[in-house]
Amino acid sequence: MVKIDIQRLNIWFGAAQALKNITMQVKKNEILCAIGPSNSGKTSFLRMLNRLNDLTLSFRMSGSVLLDGRDITKIDIELIRKKIGMVFAMPSPLPLSVFDNVAYGVRMSGVRNKHSLEEAVETALKQAYLWQEMKDRLHESAFKLSGGQQQRLCIARTLAVQPEVILFDEPCSGLDPISTAKVEEAMLKLKKDYTIILVTNNVKQAARVGDRTAFFLTGELIELDQTEKIFTAPSDRRTDDYIRGRFG
Amino acid sequence: MRKIKEFIIEKLIFFCGLASIFFVILIFLFLLKEGLSLLTIVGPFEFLAGKSWYPISEPPQLGILPLILGSLFVTIGAAIISVPIGIACAVYIAEIAPAKIKEVLKAGIELLAAIPSVVLGFIGMMTLVPWVKNLFDIPTGLTAFSGSIMLAFMAMPTIVSIAEDALYSVPKSYKEGALALGATHWQTIYRVILPAASSGIVAAVMLGIGRVIGETMAVMMITGNAAAIPKSILQPVRTLTATIAAEMGETVVGSEHYFALFAIGIVLFVISFAINVTSDFFLHKDQRV
Repeated sequence: MVKIDIQRLNIWFGAAQALKNITMQVKKNEILCAIGPSNSGKTSFLRMLNRLNDLTLSFRMSGSVLLDGRDITKIDIELIRKKIGMVFAMPSPLPLSVFDNVAYGVRMSGVRNKHSLEEAVETALKQAYLWQEMKDRLHESAFKLSGGQQQRLCIARTLAVQPEVILFDEPCSGLDPISTAKVEEAMLKLKKDYTIILVTNNVKQAARVGDRTAFFLTGELIELDQTEKIFTAPSDRRTDDYIRGRFG
Repeated sequence: MRKIKEFIIEKLIFFCGLASIFFVILIFLFLLKEGLSLLTIVGPFEFLAGKSWYPISEPPQLGILPLILGSLFVTIGAAIISVPIGIACAVYIAEIAPAKIKEVLKAGIELLAAIPSVVLGFIGMMTLVPWVKNLFDIPTGLTAFSGSIMLAFMAMPTIVSIAEDALYSVPKSYKEGALALGATHWQTIYRVILPAASSGIVAAVMLGIGRVIGETMAVMMITGNAAAIPKSILQPVRTLTATIAAEMGETVVGSEHYFALFAIGIVLFVISFAINVTSDFFLHKDQRV
């Protein structure tokens, strides 16, 4: 089942074209990995989906992005961002307590009841595998957590709003291998309930968690296929070169 | 040869640096010496809490409570007006305004800062004072209220530019993080950006207030200069600064009046110093954490 349908998408920042004529579908409950060297457009692609690109003044686009068949530029922007959550490259907790960080988005959407808030926070922390570590530290500042914990806190914060799609923008680029493994474990469990798009610079990570993998190069989508196929028998020579580390 | 040149330049810069500290210390010592001489004539409590300021009666009454209250009324009034407007303006410039309007506004604020206070005082005297007189139907428009409005204009550039800096330096990740959770622009400003910039904003407010307390010329021209304890902000008041400026020329060097004016100087110095230290504390608070 198609969750996100992208048709002939072009993106420009000023005169520079960041994405060129992208057509692809994201299926429900899959982990789709986007790999490619820097400047390949994979982050612009991700930020297109929850319309964070709109913050850049020189941003222009053509083509369409449909979420469940509806054009995302025609849906209320706050609603889109609730449905399509995002976890950033650097852990970016807000200057609040652990509890308030997770409750933040829930409160924004109008929930005031203390009991519902507590429930939402607990559920989200459990889903992000953070509850055991955090249940006695809910009221400490989020800045006191380790990098890996902060990143899982950001995942919990995103989950608490109950999105349908989660975008991960190189979520493990600043983490040690053990924290990375925990984040990956969380992602694999989450795909049961969510659709996940993961942008990563770590090719091996894509091989470990991706159902399908897309290879971007200088703004073009070179190849999109089952992850095993991309890693064992890619149909484009450039994909093979990148995966084997011959360039990029 | 080059070494000698290096040596001379280095020492020259060193002495320039030293000189500025040296002068500050000299000024401070002079102020203390002249001001504290007053304590041999009146006690500190009598001076600070005395209700009458009649420096040239016989014997002189040197209580500065009316002057302190005058400064307080004008300052609080100015703060009530300038703080909300100043912060709102900073938020608009930093977060909302399109690039072109932003440039125009910033230039406008700079321009406001560049108007000499005597000119502002003059304009206030000609326009604001009659307006206040007619509006409230009071015998004179030279009141603490008029002074507050005028001084609010002077505090505004300081508040806006420093608060805007503070808002601007909030990490972009906070803003994007909040927006990505589905927060609206206003929710992001109110719940994330303003709290994150709060220490810088407090510093901006303190510095703005510091400017108001130290201001002399404009208040002297439009607050009416009556050294009596004010009962409302619609009465003439006289501030600490205006008292020194108005009376210093007429005193006999070494008289009680003369020492009293220096003592007022010490009071002002202590107030400004406290405000600067507080704002400095808030300005550098984030770096210590």
